[in-house]
Amino acid sequence: MSVVELENVSRWYGNVVAVNDISMTLQPGVTGLLGPNGAGKTTVLHMMAGFLSPSRGTVTIDGSPTWRNPGIYRQLGLVAEKEAVHGFLTARQFVVACAKMQKLPDPAAAATRALELVEMTSAQDRRIETFSKGMRQRTRVAAALVHEPQVLLLDEPFNGMDPRQRMHMMELLHKLGDEGHTILFSSHILEEVEQLSGLVQVIVAGRLAASGDYRRIRRLMTNRPHVFAVQSSDDRKLAVALIGEKSVNGVEIEAGGLTVRASDYGSFTRALPRIALGEGIRLRRLLPSDESLESVFSYLLEA
Amino acid sequence: MSTVAYITARGLFGRRRVLLLLPLPLLLVGLALICRAYDVDPNQWGQAVVVGLGLAVVLPVISLIVGTGVLGSEVDDGTIVHILTKPLPRRDIILAKLLVAAGVSAVASAVPLFVAGILADSVKFGLALAVAAAAGAVAYSALFLLLSLVTRRPVLLGLVYILVWEGLLGRWVSGTRVLSIEQYVITIADKIAPTGMLDGKVSLPVSLVMAVVFIIGGTLFAINRLGSFSVAGETS
Repeated sequence: MSVVELENVSRWYGNVVAVNDISMTLQPGVTGLLGPNGAGKTTVLHMMAGFLSPSRGTVTIDGSPTWRNPGIYRQLGLVAEKEAVHGFLTARQFVVACAKMQKLPDPAAAATRALELVEMTSAQDRRIETFSKGMRQRTRVAAALVHEPQVLLLDEPFNGMDPRQRMHMMELLHKLGDEGHTILFSSHILEEVEQLSGLVQVIVAGRLAASGDYRRIRRLMTNRPHVFAVQSSDDRKLAVALIGEKSVNGVEIEAGGLTVRASDYGSFTRALPRIALGEGIRLRRLLPSDESLESVFSYLLEA
Repeated sequence: MSTVAYITARGLFGRRRVLLLLPLPLLLVGLALICRAYDVDPNQWGQAVVVGLGLAVVLPVISLIVGTGVLGSEVDDGTIVHILTKPLPRRDIILAKLLVAAGVSAVASAVPLFVAGILADSVKFGLALAVAAAAGAVAYSALFLLLSLVTRRPVLLGLVYILVWEGLLGRWVSGTRVLSIEQYVITIADKIAPTGMLDGKVSLPVSLVMAVVFIIGGTLFAINRLGSFSVAGETS
């Protein structure tokens, strides 16, 4: 089990501040690094991977600094965004070479296992330059996993993958996360992050805008009304009763049920069953409708 | 280290730029053969072919192509990341690259110089040129390997060193010769097999010491630079 820690990390290029005073701790499991293009995601990943020195602050893995410390690569795997691979090697030669450079006791067996993990066994003896984008990506993931690192950093890992490969990669990352690996992947595609991980680190304009489970982050945004979709045995009667409740800001009656805007998540969810019971109404459906990562993300960007 | 050397060698011979290594040695040997075939007095063509082409052009240009190719092209296309994300001491990576660069440059320049030396004078002269060229190849490789890490235009800077520093300033400004690998090579070859064709302008001790300074200094500096290698220009 490894922990990646950023403490008051800033990085600037001349007068441009790319990353501004970020502190975060990555625990075992899968975490999504989210942010619009140009937010500083890649800079953060590069600092974690030891490819950039922080201008200020410290980046450590289990207490060891990542900058100028090649020893960390025993427990760290990186899949960079840039797709470059040694195209003149076959996938197997490439992964075996990576295993040898990791000084593994049985490089061939480790390469076989890693190639099986990413389902590249059937194409392993083809030169990488003949591969599609997705196959190259999987080969790079196999190379990053060959030494079974505790920490895996992936920069836009699903780029170029078809839906089936994407699903397989998500399952693989889930499995590794469940096994106790610390995995951080960056993405600007919200659906990917939503499917893969509840935990997010959101970076906006070089600053850490939010950190943690995105549903919990949403609930902490008390300045935004929470939107619920409610269906009941008598929607109109329920609407009348709800409008008298202090935590409810507004109710809309629609064809499929009610849309309720509540100022306080906890008070509303406690009050609703009480009100329904008092009015003799049967609740059929209650769904928070703006707890998707997309709405959390757009709220954070607007903030 | 051997895996890094293997990937480096495969990368070097897998790229088209390796074909650039062929014309210059062929030209050198070809010119020497033509002069010999037409029984031209070696005193008339020896210096121009062996020094003017062999030591001033073939050796440094081959070393430049190879020396910047072993690391610079990996830095350019980003494949260096796969080597750097391994728990290898940066010293081992640089030494492996230097070994491949120096080895390939030495063979590609020493062999044609050896043949040209035999055709111009004697086997001893050919051997002297080959030994000096091999030593020069190591020094040039260390320099050009370092250039790959300190500038984004190592080939351009290398050409400036070869053409302006050694070729132009080295002819007219005597002080610049102390920092000219070409001059060390000429001196070393001249001391092994003295002929009228070679005219060493730097003493042997200075040549040997400065060649070692280039090799060790360049290597140490390159190791240090690789240790703080940053992935630049990607700030998204």
